[in-house]
Amino acid sequence: MSTAAIPHDEQLRARFGELKPALTAQAAVIEADRCLNCFDAPCTAACPTHIDVPGFIKRIASGNLRGSALRILNANILGASCARVCPVDVLCEGACVLHRQNRKPIQIALLQRHAMDAFWVSGEAVPVAAPGTSDLRVACIGGGPASLACAAELCRQGARATVIERRELPGGLNTYGVAEYKLRAADSMHEVEMIRRLGVEFRCGVDVDSAAALEALEAEFDFVFLGLGLGAMQRLNIPGEDAEGVMNALELIAAYKTGHLRELHGTVMVVGAGNTAIDAANAARRLGADTVYMLYRRSEGEMSAFDFEYEHAKQEGVQFLWRRQPVAVGRGEHGRLLLETVQVREVDGKLEVVPDSQSAIACDLVVPAIGQSPLTQILQELRGVEVRHGKIVADRATGQTGNPRYYSGGDCINGGREVVDAVAGGKRAALAMLKAAEVTHA
Amino acid sequence: MPDIGVRNFAGGISSPNPFWLASAPPTNTGEMIMRAFDAGWGGAVWKTIGEPITNVSSRYSATDWNGQRIMGFNNIELISDRTVEQNLREMDEVKKRYPKNAVIASLMVASTREAWHEIVTRTEDAGADGLELNFGCPHGMSERGMGSAVGQVPEYAQMITEWVKEKARTPVLVKLTPNISDIRTVARAAKRGGADGLSAINTINSITGIDLDTFVPRPNVDGKSSHGGYCGPAVKPIALNMVQQILADPESALPLSGIGGIGSWRDAAEFLLLGCGTVQVCTAVMHYGYRIVEDMAEGLDNWMREKGFKTLEDFRGLSLHRVTEWKHLNLNYKIVAHIDEQKCIGCDLCHIACWDGAHQCIHLDRVTGPVDGHVELHPIPAVKEAESRASIAETPVTRKERAAAFAQGPYPTPFERIPRVDETECVGCNLCSLVCPVEGCITMVQVDTGLKPETWDERTRGAECVTQTQTS
Repeated sequence: MSTAAIPHDEQLRARFGELKPALTAQAAVIEADRCLNCFDAPCTAACPTHIDVPGFIKRIASGNLRGSALRILNANILGASCARVCPVDVLCEGACVLHRQNRKPIQIALLQRHAMDAFWVSGEAVPVAAPGTSDLRVACIGGGPASLACAAELCRQGARATVIERRELPGGLNTYGVAEYKLRAADSMHEVEMIRRLGVEFRCGVDVDSAAALEALEAEFDFVFLGLGLGAMQRLNIPGEDAEGVMNALELIAAYKTGHLRELHGTVMVVGAGNTAIDAANAARRLGADTVYMLYRRSEGEMSAFDFEYEHAKQEGVQFLWRRQPVAVGRGEHGRLLLETVQVREVDGKLEVVPDSQSAIACDLVVPAIGQSPLTQILQELRGVEVRHGKIVADRATGQTGNPRYYSGGDCINGGREVVDAVAGGKRAALAMLKAAEVTHA
Repeated sequence: MPDIGVRNFAGGISSPNPFWLASAPPTNTGEMIMRAFDAGWGGAVWKTIGEPITNVSSRYSATDWNGQRIMGFNNIELISDRTVEQNLREMDEVKKRYPKNAVIASLMVASTREAWHEIVTRTEDAGADGLELNFGCPHGMSERGMGSAVGQVPEYAQMITEWVKEKARTPVLVKLTPNISDIRTVARAAKRGGADGLSAINTINSITGIDLDTFVPRPNVDGKSSHGGYCGPAVKPIALNMVQQILADPESALPLSGIGGIGSWRDAAEFLLLGCGTVQVCTAVMHYGYRIVEDMAEGLDNWMREKGFKTLEDFRGLSLHRVTEWKHLNLNYKIVAHIDEQKCIGCDLCHIACWDGAHQCIHLDRVTGPVDGHVELHPIPAVKEAESRASIAETPVTRKERAAAFAQGPYPTPFERIPRVDETECVGCNLCSLVCPVEGCITMVQVDTGLKPETWDERTRGAECVTQTQTS
């Protein structure tokens, strides 16, 4: 698989240096030795993929790095990217019992990264069942974490899986949508390469967008896994939002990660206050924007971004405009944009515009980042895959949809959570499909 | 203010405090010993003087544990590699400059009366306050009929002690090797030979480990290794036991300088509580330098102040009679584990330790409710763990979800993770309180059995009486 689409750009490297550098080998062992090795560890329970955290940490302490990495990969094939992008404060590290002793939690993410980096450097392969152990064939639509995890699990158990991705490279948001200082596109591609070596087939640049395409897949495969992620970002639905100079948060992140956007200047307005909005705002600062405002229609206490992300944005120099919402994008002097905004307030649980609060802000880029919505009409209409409130309806434990040949997992069923949730969902669906295939054959 | 000075130890050695450097690399030269005295050491046992030897390289290896360096330390270094003249010239200078500090000469020469007479006279002329006969060195020297080759044969030990006592004007200490089935046999021999005191223990025969890449044990001397002498924190429990054995035995008991894993004032206090008059330190100084003595002296002083002890003699030996034979322990004394729910952090190490290492009486059933009856009624740990790994967990992404995930109940730990002790099954073994990482969370609480104290000795003697009565 060509990784030509990923630039090796020194300027990008310098501007998006890693937030958390890797541990040295000795520091990793010292940190690993701090772990209490809890019974039925809360960190493991908190992890959506239930990685045996004390298990892999104690293997680092003993110098069994291969065992440590396989312990992680057995539970979570995307252990390397999760080590970098998981919001561990609200997952494993948040659950660490050391908090209750007023001690620093074990740095689980950095230790996991240590094991995964060592595994990658060793060039070892993840063990798989002999090919042909199962004759199950599954198509995974969408090349993001849910599909990757699903396909990897299927191949590890001897089944065949094909990932179908409409973009040039697989990896989904791991490749195109995660802030570069957390996960580099190249690291995501390492992971994809490891999964390819398990026997997963990739078909990139293929859009499944018609009934005919679905029929072809149904003829070729036993099951279809829908790892569609979230569709296009929601529109602001305000006049002027299609103007040049308006670019949604995911487009902005993908553009700089692939080298298409190298420089910004002036003032950038990010609309929204979620984690992706923060990634975009921070990126704008690092790309050279002098002033970056985040606009949020509610207050600081209601923003959905994690606390550590909010803190990070403040450190990057991002400024916040609370209870303010855009009403139109216009053109100002010297060809600059003019974002018309109003102040809003909450009355009886509803937002209403504060009279005479209009204010126009001259800016150079407007970045809507107000959540994403799934694109699943076709499946609903033609295949009986139920979609409710923009999410595919699937069984929580198996990922099976209303159509028994279709399974699903990740953002398109949970409405947008973390990579680790997508991995857990993909894996659960893989196991369910393997079980369903067994039953059919028995 | 407490006085931590030592007066007339072993019939004539005094030092400003009980902290002596053991005969080892830290006492190799006069210059080193003077720096040690400046740092606050009360005395020093000079690195063993004898016919100069040739050492190998490398010489040391260590056992690290859980991220900490040097839990145990091993050496294959021999006695001084410097001439007797050089050592004695420096000793003379040290004594002149530091008259109040104790300088003890550790000696090891060939096993002839003449050789011992000569070295004793020469060292005492150089100003030594006392002599320590090195009958303990377990490596190298023992192959040449010295060190532990002497210390393992009571007759030799007695004979050489007698030769030394024929000449010595200063107190004679015999340093004992632990590499013997009963250290008291040599302690008794030394006492019979007229020794004024003892030093114990010397290092323990050891191989610290093997390099898993080269397959050569450590320390590696050109592809080969040799057993060494083990010391450092790891050996303290063994040393304490041997010190107790010696001092509890009337035929062995002599003024004793305690050695083995001492690195802090706490360690030192323990040796003194068993009856030692002074203590000797080596590994901790090799790890951190002479400066550690400052805290040793201060810490001991503060502890004595807190306990109301004015001199070392006020507490020396207080714990000796607290060690007894097992058969004299009270069989009717019962304690059970008690978990402080406010302190528990929910690591559940006590639960798994009790199930897999003890008596299956600590359960995770606070929520489901206790099951009275036989232990088999409880789900085994593996089932508990499998259940939690089969559960579906999600990242709490909204503020509401996060608030729910980190909600605080009545205890710092979720109730279901606080283990419960089944006191009827608890045997009071201490294991849970030893694995608990939180100080004061698990305490062992005495429960009244309603029975009078009774030892095994008393119980079986009673049975004998009954048997005798029946047969008569």
